[in-house]
Amino acid sequence: MQATSTFKPTEALWRVRLHLLWRGLKGTWAMFAESKIGLTGLGIIVFFAIFGFVLWPIYPWLMERFAWTPEELEAARNVPYGAISSIEQVYHPVVGYDPLIPGIENPSPPSRRHPLGTNQYGRDILAQLMASTSSEFMLGVLAAFITVVIGTLVGAITAYYGGFVDTFFMRLADVFILFPLVSFLIVLGSMIELTLIKLAFILGIFFGFGQITVILKSQALAVKVKPYIEAAKVAGGGHFHVIFRHIIPNLLPLAFLYMMFNVTSAIFSEAALSFFGLLPGIKISWGIMIDAAHSDGYILGGRSFQNWWLWVPPGVAITLLCSAFYLVGRGLDEVVNPRLRKR
Amino acid sequence: MSIRIWHALTSGMGKFIIVRVFQIILVLYLYMTLVFIILEAQPGDITDIYTANPKITPEAKEAIVKQLGLDKPIHERYLNYLRNFVTGHLGCSFKWGNIRDVPDPVCREQRPTWDLIKERLPRTIVLFLTYTIVSFYIGFFLGKLIAWRRGAVIEYLSTVVGVVLFTIFTPWFALLLVWLFAVNAGVVPIGGFINPDSWTNVRQIGTTDCSIGISCSNIVFTHLLMWLGGLSLFWGIVYLWSRHFPYAWQKHAARWGAVAFGLILAGLFFGGGWLGEVDRVTLARDTRFQFFVWYFEFPAGTIPLFPLALDFVQHLALPILTLTLISFAGTMLLMRNTMLETMREDYVMAAKAKGLPDHIVRDKHAARNALLPVVTSLIFAIAFSVDGGVFTETIFSWPGMGQLLLLSALEQDYPVAIGSLVFTGIFALIAHLIADILYAFLDPRIRYD
Repeated sequence: MQATSTFKPTEALWRVRLHLLWRGLKGTWAMFAESKIGLTGLGIIVFFAIFGFVLWPIYPWLMERFAWTPEELEAARNVPYGAISSIEQVYHPVVGYDPLIPGIENPSPPSRRHPLGTNQYGRDILAQLMASTSSEFMLGVLAAFITVVIGTLVGAITAYYGGFVDTFFMRLADVFILFPLVSFLIVLGSMIELTLIKLAFILGIFFGFGQITVILKSQALAVKVKPYIEAAKVAGGGHFHVIFRHIIPNLLPLAFLYMMFNVTSAIFSEAALSFFGLLPGIKISWGIMIDAAHSDGYILGGRSFQNWWLWVPPGVAITLLCSAFYLVGRGLDEVVNPRLRKR
Repeated sequence: MSIRIWHALTSGMGKFIIVRVFQIILVLYLYMTLVFIILEAQPGDITDIYTANPKITPEAKEAIVKQLGLDKPIHERYLNYLRNFVTGHLGCSFKWGNIRDVPDPVCREQRPTWDLIKERLPRTIVLFLTYTIVSFYIGFFLGKLIAWRRGAVIEYLSTVVGVVLFTIFTPWFALLLVWLFAVNAGVVPIGGFINPDSWTNVRQIGTTDCSIGISCSNIVFTHLLMWLGGLSLFWGIVYLWSRHFPYAWQKHAARWGAVAFGLILAGLFFGGGWLGEVDRVTLARDTRFQFFVWYFEFPAGTIPLFPLALDFVQHLALPILTLTLISFAGTMLLMRNTMLETMREDYVMAAKAKGLPDHIVRDKHAARNALLPVVTSLIFAIAFSVDGGVFTETIFSWPGMGQLLLLSALEQDYPVAIGSLVFTGIFALIAHLIADILYAFLDPRIRYD
């Protein structure tokens, strides 16, 4: 008679893993929720996510439904020049215009049909603000994701192998830390057309090989000498298994923390470059909005608060979104770094 | 004797500095190679900007390619590129014309890139050094205070202000400050390097003829830079020297004496007459010079440098204020964090239990030890602040390296753009090296021997 195992798993393995993950997440969330600054940051991020991904697609429809009266719609469809056929033409961020506002009256102050007014070319400011939000988000998150992938891999591999690999990547990190990235992007932007994806990849690679590698490597060195790594090797785990199953999962919390700070830097770089008009591949962004107000003299024109809606909203939006990711990073810092917790 | 020097160089601090210098040279080489590779990897070359011009025939384009050396194989171009940075021949600007009496033999009608960079580097250094020191000190001081008074209203207030300033969009904030201080209040100029009105009467300074461009303003600016550097060095040495004096009054006497001495020397230099061909009557009509001409009775043909130097200080005030406000917040927030950690150490508790006054425990025991990570972060932040200079210089039209880089990039003046990019990197590397060595002096534990 063949001997059979008496152990009968009551649950599938993936279920147990999921349960453990869920419990871990719940514990982390409880710690994270203790810090007010982290929650504030998360609140702002959620607000911007709703703003850019939920409200923006339905914004023209909402305005048509609630802000335009039937008479106004009828008039807009029948003006002699520039009559519109659909409401999207009014709220397009790059070429939109309101047929009922004569060109000479632009920039027009906030009104019922344009909650944040229009700019000097007649574009709706709120529509531009919303349209930029989603692209800023995608750029920031994509760049930070690439950063984290590169930083975690290189950090784990350099710590694990040491020797020549270590020396090479650490010297390379020195270069990337001291690299004047924005200056470099300015020169590069004048030579080739930088699109959002290209920019995200460049930013991700530059941040990834820089400071984050050094930080994650020092963390990985601390993980490498733990007994469970030794045990995994004794049990027959290969290099690949040890790095991916044992070292990298222990780096991820710290990596995620630095991801937050990198989102801030990426959004900032994009806004700065588009402010100087060096990103022709990007049609609308907060930086471009500020630049449009500045280059036509609406900021330094003496009576700039008369046209506040042209330059206050984009500037506030950049600052808010950047500080939101920074605040979430600070909140996570208190979770990852036990020494920072309250006494 | 030579053995002693050899010993000093190969052990402790000397060895550390030599090793760091070699590492920085290696990093510099890697940096320049990286810039070359990335720029080479882009599709097309410089001559592509001529393709839109129908007047340029393929033969003419060939000639341009040959003239710029783009037909050579890549390894030859790479060696050329490295050689040019070592010898300082960075090519000729496409846009800037010659301003010298004797034109450059290679560039002829055009201005050499190196000439442009040489002129602009001191201006960036002044801006960078001043605001780094000021913002670091303010950040250190405030961070120390808010950590010590943890939980007070001021802690929340300054954390919020700190985060906002740390993440605010730099060009936007700079424009706001220009609007506030220059356009509305009118206390400082809107931007630029000099006010041309106060230089029109100056025909000659020393032996330099002022009729060419702004060469006179460069001379006065160099004097200002040298005096700033010299005085800070002198005061720093006196500060360190007087640290171990047995009595407090000796310390104060030495420090305040050094301050007074330095200020009197600078006052004599800038307030005193400087031989220049200038009509005394015309000079007296300029409000900036009236005070000096009437009260000090300068002989005809001499002018004091003070009003001219003051012109720079006025133009520097707003950029430095902006950069300080933007960058002190990072130092402050980090100082607060590290200070919170050190405050929980046993030796701080012991110092308190010993009955030492509060401010002594704070300044001597907690803050001293919290300082080191902050200095480390400063070393890492150097590249970032060099980058930030691009925005500030452009918004305030301060003609430094950052503005040169942006303008040449926008006008597709590639030799100048690449030259100033590489020099921005070199500047960051050297600043990094200096900060590293200072750090080793500060922290006796960091000695790689």
